[in-house]
Amino acid sequence: MKVNNLLKGKANLEIFSETLIRLAEKDKNILAVTSDSRGSGKLLPFAEKLPDQIVEVGIAEQNLVGVAAGLASAGKKTFAVSPACFLTARSLEQIKNDVAYSDFPVVLVGISAGVSYGALGTTHHSLHDVAVLRAFHNVDIVVPADNFETEQAIEAAAKATKPMFIKFGKKAMPFLPRTEKSFELGKASTICEGSDVVFIACGETVLPAYEAALQLREKGIGAEVISMHTIKPLDKKAVLNSAKKCKAVITVEEHSVHGGLGEACASLLMQSGIARPFKIVGIPDEDTATGSQVEIFEYYGITGKELAQRAEHLLDMT
Amino acid sequence: MSKYTDLELQIKSVKYRIALLKYIKLANAGHTGGSLSCTDILNVLYNDVLDVTPENFKDKNRNRYVQSKGHSVEALYVVLAELGFYPETDLETLCKGGSKYVGHPTRKINGIEFNTGALGHGLPISAGIALAAKMDKTGNKVFTLLGDGELAEGSNWEAAMMAAHYKLDNLVAILDHNSLQITGTNLEVNSPYPIDEKFRAFGWHVVEIDGNNIAELRQTFHAVPELKGKPTFVIANTVKGKGISFMENQKKWHHGVPSDEQYELAMKELQGELTRLENITA
Repeated sequence: MKVNNLLKGKANLEIFSETLIRLAEKDKNILAVTSDSRGSGKLLPFAEKLPDQIVEVGIAEQNLVGVAAGLASAGKKTFAVSPACFLTARSLEQIKNDVAYSDFPVVLVGISAGVSYGALGTTHHSLHDVAVLRAFHNVDIVVPADNFETEQAIEAAAKATKPMFIKFGKKAMPFLPRTEKSFELGKASTICEGSDVVFIACGETVLPAYEAALQLREKGIGAEVISMHTIKPLDKKAVLNSAKKCKAVITVEEHSVHGGLGEACASLLMQSGIARPFKIVGIPDEDTATGSQVEIFEYYGITGKELAQRAEHLLDMT
Repeated sequence: MSKYTDLELQIKSVKYRIALLKYIKLANAGHTGGSLSCTDILNVLYNDVLDVTPENFKDKNRNRYVQSKGHSVEALYVVLAELGFYPETDLETLCKGGSKYVGHPTRKINGIEFNTGALGHGLPISAGIALAAKMDKTGNKVFTLLGDGELAEGSNWEAAMMAAHYKLDNLVAILDHNSLQITGTNLEVNSPYPIDEKFRAFGWHVVEIDGNNIAELRQTFHAVPELKGKPTFVIANTVKGKGISFMENQKKWHHGVPSDEQYELAMKELQGELTRLENITA
């Protein structure tokens, strides 16, 4: 199965919007709260169809989350939507106290996550969100890879009784293959199986990880690809099983190399006594390279070709 | 609205002050001055205005109170105890290891709406609650209590702008204007003045009253909303440390545990005032 043969999809952002409309049409308690982001959040159709279910707070992210928590405390199922870079920085204390600590099931939706904003630069990049939110008690963290995972995640979020942070980008994503056509929060999806190297990836980096797996397969190297869509709670079993089975582990994320999926896996493996040649691929701690998301991914080796090379290098070490 | 006379509520205020001082002494910790200044406000809200009880606390249509100045938790704890949300003896564990009665409000305590304490959170939260009430046409009102030092937090102003935009006339923000914060008077630290003009400019209806006067508090809270379509900002002028002569208007009593001698003196004053009021009834 070649990557080009995968069924084409839309941006996860669009799927979020379509799914939310579908859910909100059936449940009047579902509200979208947004900080002047209905355009970038693809919520214009939502706003047109369900004007009584969208709350606009203007460019005021702290108020966005505070209001969302207040609405949730009054029985509303609130989706607070804002670019991830602002939602998880400007309104971090509101996430911590009004949502997580006060325990109201707000769904925090971080759009244009990672380096989705590309050449707009670092002010609009969110490379810290998983790291910071992992350290808060009572916030689940979901980073869906493709349209299927996004739709499932939003549906799960609508039913969730605890706070959740979901993020995604705006790149059109193909439908990834998976060993099981099911989705469960907290249970990783296996994209393909192998026993030489495992890529544990999330979000839009699962695709290049899968591309790498295909390239490695042609060389007779078995690569497993795990879509760790739920980073918290981490599917520990999946990480341990794949790591035990394989000879090397590479994590991939559109996030700082500090504190994200990679370090979550490393922490687990070390504390479980499992040592493997291990590499965290992400955005390093430096002045981020400039350019589009594609160019930034290429610069930092988040591509099929570079990930495959990394895998071969790591396996040479075994 | 309630069955109490002004005098009966005044008596309650003194009893609340006695209780909160007792538990602060036991806990060896407390935000004493600011709890004393807002005791009358909480008294009137809970005994005359909100109609929130342990029985109706989970009712969707109840009025709501969010204490944005979360640190005045001791005042809130004693008022809720007296209303029967939990036994007052629970407060003997205030700030002790393992106790859920920590130094700022949490929902683990029956009767408390939100985990406040980091300042500037109450107004956005309350705006959200007020908006939900408007959407659902429940008719309930939302009250939130702010501190004057707290007004420096920018999130307040985000909420102030949005509340006026959404015409949340079921929202009442009360300012416990005791004019003091940790470092000194608001005027000398980071002047918020003129507070009334600022909120009017943001589109709110503003009133200014004596926040330690039971009758004025009752009249004001029952009159809201006075202007349809505008949220109300009540500047309640209070005395920090109200009720205890050596604590009144002293910045150092923002936090403070009285020594044994000070405690005895304070209790004597409060008991004296209580006796005086009770004799009026007689």
